[in-house]
Parts: sequence; structure tokens; C-alpha cells
Amino acid sequence: MLPVEYYVGLSAILFTIGALGVLIRRNALVIFMSVELMLNAANLAFVAFARAYEAVSGQIFVFFVMTVAAAEVAVGLALIVTIFQNKQSIDVDQMNTMKG
Amino acid sequence: MTPDLIVFFLLALVAVASALGMLFSRNAVYAALLLILNFSTVAIFYLILSAPFIALAQVTVYAGAIMVLFLFVIMLLGAEQTGRASPIWWLKPLALGLGVVLLIEAIYIVTSQRGVMQAMDTVAPTFGGPTAIGETLFRQFVLPFEVTSILLLVAMIGAIVLSKVKTPQG
Repeated sequence: MLPVEYYVGLSAILFTIGALGVLIRRNALVIFMSVELMLNAANLAFVAFARAYEAVSGQIFVFFVMTVAAAEVAVGLALIVTIFQNKQSIDVDQMNTMKG
Repeated sequence: MTPDLIVFFLLALVAVASALGMLFSRNAVYAALLLILNFSTVAIFYLILSAPFIALAQVTVYAGAIMVLFLFVIMLLGAEQTGRASPIWWLKPLALGLGVVLLIEAIYIVTSQRGVMQAMDTVAPTFGGPTAIGETLFRQFVLPFEVTSILLLVAMIGAIVLSKVKTPQG
């Protein structure tokens, strides 16, 4: 196995790219996809440490993160579809009022 | 330059390139497809890191279910392209600056901890297989497991309620 710092460094790079995606992009779906990229980067760090310490609980945590991400995607996409039905747009710069 | 290192750098290059492609792609469908490529590369990393169950769960759940759902919604909403530049002109430079700061901090922390932790050279061959995962999941982590079942139920109900077509009353 390579030193664990390589994998954690790659995880940091992917996490930064995901964070930039959340900040820069205006399409709500691409922002959501960047959040999934961040979750994936964290999962990679978990699995790398699980391998380094030979602790399978790191992989169990990744299992739960995937479950929660799936639930979050289901609800989040339903929300986005509902917003689109009201505003006919998913540009987050146009969602600047709380009025329905 | 061991073969391990070459494989790692090639895969890391594909992962970072697909993530950057997703970030800069104007078309949301291309972004989703590049993200699927990224997830598959990360699944190969999981295989290298002795996590076969998690690797296949990644391909099945993330690349196979979540991204397919994303593609459905992108096609449903017709949301491929987005329009003009943002009205807040300082948003992109600020975001890029803060992103560079975050990256420098993370790389500094990673490189300053080099050699602190001794990684195990070899692990048991059944490490990360379904048997090991199942034994730990259903013994030590049975309570979070049951809680996630309730979480999935709540998410299902939420998605159904939110996407009900609103018919006018009366």
C-alpha cells in the first residue's frame, strides 16, 4: 500500500474541487453534484484510513455515508423539481425570495 | 517508480480531470457523465485499498442509482444549459481564492503529518469483504443500521409528498 498521505491528499484535492463547484456554479443540479463529489472525497479518506489501521469500522462508516447520501439525493431532487414547477428555472441566482 | 505508484497517479489523474471537467462543463448532462467517471475511478481506488464490498456498493448505489436519478431530473427539467454571467462580479474570484487557500492548507497538513502513522503493509485477505462487513455491521453497528432504515423510509415519504402534482381544489 502507498503511504496514506497520498490518498488523503487526493481526497483533499477532490474536496476542494467540490467546494469550488458549490461556490461557483449557478445550476442547482450541478451544485448538488458537487456536494456528492465532496461526500465521495470524504469517503475516500475514510477507506484509506480504514486500510492503514486495519479497522473495518471505517468502511462501515462509508456504508452509512452512502445510505445518507442516497436519501439526501432523493429528497433534494424532489425539492428541485418542485421549485422548478413554481419558478420554471433552476438558476440559484433567481431564487432570492422566500415568497412561494 | 513502482507499478503501485504509476497506477495511483494514472487513476488520480483521471479522477481529478473528471472532477475539473464536471466543474467547468457548461452542459449539465456532460457534468453528470463526468461525475460517473469520477465515481468509477474512486471505486477502483476502493478496490486497491482492500474494500471490495464498498467498491461495488459505490458502483451500484452512487454511479448506478444516484447519478441515474440525477440524469433523469436533468432531462426532465431540460436543464442542460444555464445563462448569462452572475450579477455578483466578485463571486468567482473570491471563490477561487478561498479554494486555493483551502487546498494549500490541506496539502500542508497532509505533508506535515508524513510518517506519523505507520500503515499496515498487508491486511487479512478477508478484510473488507462482505463477511467482515456484515459481521461488524450487524454486531457493533446494528443500532445505526436500524436508524438508517427509518431514515430511508422518511426520505421515501418526503420525496413522494414533495412530488405530488398539485391539483386545484374544488
